[in-house]
Amino acid sequence: MAVAVDVRLPTVLRSQAGGQSIVTVKASTIGDVLRELVSEFPGMSGQLLNDDGSLHRFVNVYVNDDDVRYLESLETPVREGDEVSLLPAVAGG
Amino acid sequence: MLRLPRALYLQMVAHCITGLPEEACGVLAGDPVSGTVDRLYPTRNEAASARVYTVESRDLLQADRDAERSGTQLIGVFHSHTHTDAYPSPTDVDQAPDPSWHYVVVSLRDSHPVVRSYRIGGGLVEEESVVVLGQAAVAVAV
Repeated sequence: MAVAVDVRLPTVLRSQAGGQSIVTVKASTIGDVLRELVSEFPGMSGQLLNDDGSLHRFVNVYVNDDDVRYLESLETPVREGDEVSLLPAVAGG
Repeated sequence: MLRLPRALYLQMVAHCITGLPEEACGVLAGDPVSGTVDRLYPTRNEAASARVYTVESRDLLQADRDAERSGTQLIGVFHSHTHTDAYPSPTDVDQAPDPSWHYVVVSLRDSHPVVRSYRIGGGLVEEESVVVLGQAAVAVAV
């Protein structure tokens, strides 16, 4: 069942969302959250999901304090009151 | 220009040395306009490698939240190069997440640490000066 979830956006994605730092989407899983974001803000498409619909490796997605890669990735459920945070993955060599 | 208070500069270099033989990393928070760092967050290297680094994702979230609570924001990242120059590797350039950030590389190849900072965007690398803020500001790289 879809619930309203607040999503915190990193600075680098805010320009794609008209400067907003928090947006609200209706979703029941993290996959829904990301697809809703891409649908509403198409500029985010290549930064959140790969062409095959999987989670892009350069983005970290959290539900409350947990990285969804350690939960059920895109299938991770979201519940009323959960806070979803997106941050760029920070990595290099 | 990146402006680093002396205590944070020393903390950053110490974290890199402590991390040997692996690469060490962390993130910087401060004023995005002046490039002045007011908080430094040493993080774990999730890759646990001497050749690559990934800022541990929960450490990154905690740093981001703490910066926001303090009325500031993340403005950059630092990591060490254990055996190479203080210059961004091709991997650093490919994976640079935000063109507005400062990318600090601490080389531990030689007997003294070498600290340099860069702006990276669209595949281009531009070095910037690093100023250590203390009783007398000292420029350590141009």
